[in-house]
Amino acid sequence: MSIEIEPEKAQEPAGSGPAGPRPARPWWMRPAFHTGIVGAVIGYFLGHWLGDFLSWGYARNGLSDMNDFPLVLGYVFGTVGWLGGLGVFNDLFRQMAGKPVPVAEEEVASATGLARYFRYTLDHKVVGIQYLVGMIVYFCTGGLFAMAIRTELLSPTYHIMNASNYLMVVGEHGTMMMMMMSSVVLGPFGQFLLPLMIGSKRMAFPRLEALAFWLTPAAYVVLLSAVWLGGFPTGWTGYAPLSVQATEGMDAYAVAFGIMGISLILSGFNIFVTAVNYRAPGMRWSRLPMFVWSMITVSFLMVLSVPVLVGGLYLLITDRTVETSFYVNQLGGSSYLYENLFWFFGHPEVYILALPGFGIVSELIPVFCRKPLYGYRVAGAGMIGVALLSFFVWQHHLFVSGINPEMRPLFMLTTELISIPTGFIYLVAMGTFWKAKIRFTVPMLFAMALYFNFLIGGISGVFLSDVPADTTEHGSFFVMAHFHYTIMGGLIFAFMGATYYWLPKMMGIKLNQTLGYLHFWTMFIFFNSTFLPLFAVGMLGQPRRVYEYARNLQPLNDWVSISAFLLGGSILIFIINFVWSTVIVREKETGNPWQSRGLEWQVSSPPPPGNFEHIPVILSGPYDYGMKDAPPVADLNPPVGVVSASYATAGATGVEA
Amino acid sequence: MAESQAPATPAKAEPNHGMRIFLIWIVLALAADLLIWFVWYPHLPPGRMTSSASSQQFDIAVLALAAAPVMLFVWIYFGYALVNWHHRKGDDEDGPALFGHTGIQAAWIGGTAVIVLAAFVFGTVELIVPDGAGSGEGTTPVWKPVGSNYLQVQVIGQQWQFSYRYPQFGGMETTQLMLPVNRPVQFNVTSLDVIHSFWPYLLGVKADANPGVNNVAYTTPKQTGKFVVRCNELCGIWHGAMYGYGRVETTSAFAVWARATELAEQRSGILRALPPYSLVYDPTVIPQLGVTLTKVSGITGAAGYYYPPQDPVTP
Repeated sequence: MSIEIEPEKAQEPAGSGPAGPRPARPWWMRPAFHTGIVGAVIGYFLGHWLGDFLSWGYARNGLSDMNDFPLVLGYVFGTVGWLGGLGVFNDLFRQMAGKPVPVAEEEVASATGLARYFRYTLDHKVVGIQYLVGMIVYFCTGGLFAMAIRTELLSPTYHIMNASNYLMVVGEHGTMMMMMMSSVVLGPFGQFLLPLMIGSKRMAFPRLEALAFWLTPAAYVVLLSAVWLGGFPTGWTGYAPLSVQATEGMDAYAVAFGIMGISLILSGFNIFVTAVNYRAPGMRWSRLPMFVWSMITVSFLMVLSVPVLVGGLYLLITDRTVETSFYVNQLGGSSYLYENLFWFFGHPEVYILALPGFGIVSELIPVFCRKPLYGYRVAGAGMIGVALLSFFVWQHHLFVSGINPEMRPLFMLTTELISIPTGFIYLVAMGTFWKAKIRFTVPMLFAMALYFNFLIGGISGVFLSDVPADTTEHGSFFVMAHFHYTIMGGLIFAFMGATYYWLPKMMGIKLNQTLGYLHFWTMFIFFNSTFLPLFAVGMLGQPRRVYEYARNLQPLNDWVSISAFLLGGSILIFIINFVWSTVIVREKETGNPWQSRGLEWQVSSPPPPGNFEHIPVILSGPYDYGMKDAPPVADLNPPVGVVSASYATAGATGVEA
Repeated sequence: MAESQAPATPAKAEPNHGMRIFLIWIVLALAADLLIWFVWYPHLPPGRMTSSASSQQFDIAVLALAAAPVMLFVWIYFGYALVNWHHRKGDDEDGPALFGHTGIQAAWIGGTAVIVLAAFVFGTVELIVPDGAGSGEGTTPVWKPVGSNYLQVQVIGQQWQFSYRYPQFGGMETTQLMLPVNRPVQFNVTSLDVIHSFWPYLLGVKADANPGVNNVAYTTPKQTGKFVVRCNELCGIWHGAMYGYGRVETTSAFAVWARATELAEQRSGILRALPPYSLVYDPTVIPQLGVTLTKVSGITGAAGYYYPPQDPVTP
């Protein structure tokens, strides 16, 4: 059976379809941020009322005169109301009513001006910018909570906040950062750059993509609302039965993380489908940029692991609201069940945070070494290997919990095996640096810092994977230092490098390089000065999440706290640079400032609506630096017939090349 | 280590660079390993108060011996590259088009695999031979000390303190953990409410306390002295203040203390008031009274309401 292919027509730039342009309404009548807020408020009160009505016989908390049921329903209805107010469901209702629905390209062409950033806009480039700003807001909020933690830990005994506020701050910091880190690259750079890198005019599911972004502000507000409810005492892990015992702030945690989880699943689906199906002719698997490989593996992890988290949180919510007992041992449940579900998500999650960083640096170093990426296949194999193995390691978080004790050697093995594919990433970098012509630009400095920091984070991970060593280190500040080295030292440094590198592409505006160097050096020095001593603090016996500690650890803790404040100052330099460069100075950068071969740099900056006037035909790999006879990376204006001919070839051989 | 790492430098193309990197690396790696073994390891916290603590420190030191050359190799390589292969003004040529080298890649993969498998075998031996290395081994431990002459101590975690019961001494309960030196100890760790984790830092023991679960860990104290017990799993607002004290005593001093404490608890009626010794407890059931208390969400502790009306300033 052959697949019928529509004959190719001369490609036209995006224009109006049969539905025609929609009549313009005044701005306040069109769904946007403000109608979303109205919808959220209405939804919240509706849900709260419904919850009160349904649970009128339930016991109430004597302090707040509430129980958890109306609160959870309020959050859920509020989120749905927020989406409804933004107009997420409008096209759905239009279709159900049999009215014409505008196609995504048309919406993209009709959305212009600043207002589109405050709307449910279907353009992947708008969503990318929305994500970038949104994730920076998330990051700064979580960072302020981190400052508060370090302020409290300045003294072992003198307290700036009380014990419950301290745990609230710890929990908010952890949860907000984890929610943010999962999207911080996939959101801004994945959504914006992936279609440009594979030669596509759009994402596969523009509506899912916009929905995935607009769920993140809802998750942000719901999570922060825990502050008004006394916080939650469990940290970001939410271990039961403590989380079943806790007061209403815990509901905010569970709902917010669940909302973010749904956002991650949706964007994971979208990225995966786009990368597989929307590649331009000639974009073979062997020509895919490493960043796209990292997005494919990350979205694979998200689609398979995050549903487990959402399910686990759902069971937690029913334990808390309608008195089920999935996690309560005395009533036939199991506290191990939550730990298992959480870490079955949680460990792939850790690699969701690592792989995008690997993708970014693999993209940056060939450009600034002016050399091809060394061992392209090894790099891809490394990412796929990490992604696959990450599903088989989760019980290393439970080495001393008493669960499956005789399985621990197995989990020790799988965990240590992951360092083999992770090592591939280093081999690739070292091969690329061999006899290179390294240019010390700001993005390159951030990329090199990733290799420095992640090495410390990764090697300390081997200590944690070893059961006897872990018995000393588990749950101490050693673990804390380890994962900050991998996540902040890895992912956030890569994120910063990517911002300096791709912001000219995304906004057509260059960030100030002097401030950029200042930002890099302060961030690199104070990051290491903050987290390196914490390995020692952990080895000296300070458990995580305590607000009182042994007196002899005060000098180290004070050193760390002061470094953390200075690190915060470094992030402030970044924020100042970002605002200064993009709002005040706006130095234009329309060309290809880094002389990159990447396909995304072959179109103007910022890219025109629809990205490419014609679907390009890819002629060579993205890293062919130093090859005198290398063809250009793509033909952006292919003659009519080439695209359909390539599909015919692919159909005949079954695979693309 | 040297054999597995060296081929990763593409030494054949430019023997000059590869050899120089190798020489810098071998000197520094040797120096680092000597420092680790002879300077760092003897001072490695938390010391060698018990058999499990010393086996853990040995394990960490050996891993560090392997890790330091790997890290140094990567850093030296990058440092060398930054110094020698940076962009020079006026040179706008691209670098050489090297796409990979099968031999180097295979050597790297083989080398890292050997290191990883060696670490796995070493870790497994170090887990099994020292009887679980002081970690929580669940209800039915597979790796335990030979013989049955060990002291049994039950560790009960609750919000927010640990208490200890000695089934071989009439099930007496104390708030300080007393242990005899040179006798294997079996800790039976459990909880009455949420998950805690029993961590006597100097003893090199760590075991989660799960409600309704008996989590067993072994160690043998080797030195007398005081130690601190901390909770190592976030268990609620006073987690940070959940610590207590303990002592390792000489055998005779421990025997005297244990007999005296058991007698005192017998006389004062504490032993009778305690629930019969069992591996796990349901705190909502009081067997002496034949009463089952009302369960609020199945959880004790502040009657299901987590925060008291005002947070007390100190626990």
